[in-house]
Amino acid sequence: MSALSPIYLLVGGVLALLALRTARDAGNPRRAAGALFWGVLAALFVAGDFMSPLLVGVLVVVLALLAGFGGVVRGTRVERDPIERADSAQRLGNRLFLPVLLIPAATVAGVYGAKFLQVDGKPLLSGQEATLLALSLGCLLALVAALRATRERPLVAIGAGAGLLDAIGWAALLPLVLAVLGGLFAAAGVGDAVAKLVSVVVPTDSRFACVLAYCLGMAAFTMIMGNAFAAFPVMTGGVGLPLLVGLHGAEPASMAAIGMLCGYCGTLMTPMAANFNIVPAALLELRDSHAVIKAQVPTALMLLAANVAIMHAVVFRHAG
Amino acid sequence: MNEWALVGVGVVVLGFALRLNALLVVVAAGLATGIAAGMDLQRILELTGGAFLKNRFLMVFVLTLPVIGLLERNGLREQAERWVLGLTRLSTGRLLLAYQALRQVAAMLGLTHLGGHPQTVRPLLVPMAEATATRGVGPLPERVRERLRAMCAGTDNVGLFFGEDVFVAFGAVLLMQSFLAQHGHAVEPLAIALWGLPTAIAAFLVHGARVARIDHRMAAEIERIRTQAARA
Repeated sequence: MSALSPIYLLVGGVLALLALRTARDAGNPRRAAGALFWGVLAALFVAGDFMSPLLVGVLVVVLALLAGFGGVVRGTRVERDPIERADSAQRLGNRLFLPVLLIPAATVAGVYGAKFLQVDGKPLLSGQEATLLALSLGCLLALVAALRATRERPLVAIGAGAGLLDAIGWAALLPLVLAVLGGLFAAAGVGDAVAKLVSVVVPTDSRFACVLAYCLGMAAFTMIMGNAFAAFPVMTGGVGLPLLVGLHGAEPASMAAIGMLCGYCGTLMTPMAANFNIVPAALLELRDSHAVIKAQVPTALMLLAANVAIMHAVVFRHAG
Repeated sequence: MNEWALVGVGVVVLGFALRLNALLVVVAAGLATGIAAGMDLQRILELTGGAFLKNRFLMVFVLTLPVIGLLERNGLREQAERWVLGLTRLSTGRLLLAYQALRQVAAMLGLTHLGGHPQTVRPLLVPMAEATATRGVGPLPERVRERLRAMCAGTDNVGLFFGEDVFVAFGAVLLMQSFLAQHGHAVEPLAIALWGLPTAIAAFLVHGARVARIDHRMAAEIERIRTQAARA
């Protein structure tokens, strides 16, 4: 159990409703497999705290197999008539925007408010817990506001949410499973192996070559891990500190800051950063799941080049 | 150290290149990595299960969906279109540029939650961008519409990434500071945050320039599609 357990219960509720809807959807050719996928996922959110890690691990493999062999397809859509939607927009007008704006407003207020929740001078919630609780609270407030504005029943709202989740499909689970992979990579020492590879191929007596190796290494390793935070300690410990700081006298603060931003350029170019690149493609109903990445690649490459130039220009400012 | 640990990286690259189901590829890569590192199956599954439970917070975005879904059912996207069309001088490029500026500046102030794909991109930015584009260049062919939507998502990402790092209390800044401290380099978080500024400015210029040209690019693309259709 944790401070986040009530949130997981709510997420599990939406997942359970989607499982039910899928099970009853006669128009879905794979409805048994789809209902099983969403049902197992709902169980992991509702009852995960009471399951052994081994059982959870087995269920994750089951989810991957269900999705991997085409078991999770989008169900029959029950969309409201466009004319009705336009009428409703006319009637409700800008009142429709209010709940949408309430989510970020309440989240930001909650994050700052949580800093005052202290027991013996220590914050009651960690930064991450506070953010997630504030976001969830913001969603609940926004839901109440939206229900009042539209005069719909709560179950209609959860159903509409389940419909959006159905449109995203198994990709919704990808960020979570990638985080699991990151943990396994770390346990197996993938980072050390990559850092060793990079340091073997770099001509270390050239400042520029070392800058290039660190910047490109950050971008490339972020593309593999899907996360610049995972790449940073590996590349900075393996290349940045020994070669740039140790050998060439670079200044660490600027090197780290710009190095991390090279990683962000990598984030823009990889399907491994699923929550930024793949989930939005599904959410915007794009046919090409890599369309967002393709739109970002020119920006990412130009910025990566800019980062190399900026780093080369500034990190050696105290060196001879 | 164990070079076999890289097997998992190979599985991921190959799986994504072959466009296999990403969920299956990632779980298979995890199993392969564990086996290559000499772990037994039970240990791998336990590590997988433990990490899954710990990272469940990544699905909390699901709670935004009932709100967005309910409002969309009641005409949110239609209202976003109506509202933006009231701004008669707004082009798609200017709309995206304004969104990028807002997103980046808000993230610099630590307000990273003032946006996001389910919260703002799908229900607000995309319908507004499509409405201004249709007003500017006429009905959008499927390919142009896809690219415009992808650019909307990309603009949100670029604004967020290259703004948040300038905020001194952001997790990444504190991660860098504690990592450098562990390795014997005492630096101020503020120094790290400020060295994010040159790249933040470069990001605004580089992506802003691409976004500002989007009206011309869409018009050119539609023209190309028309001439192709006329020839065929």
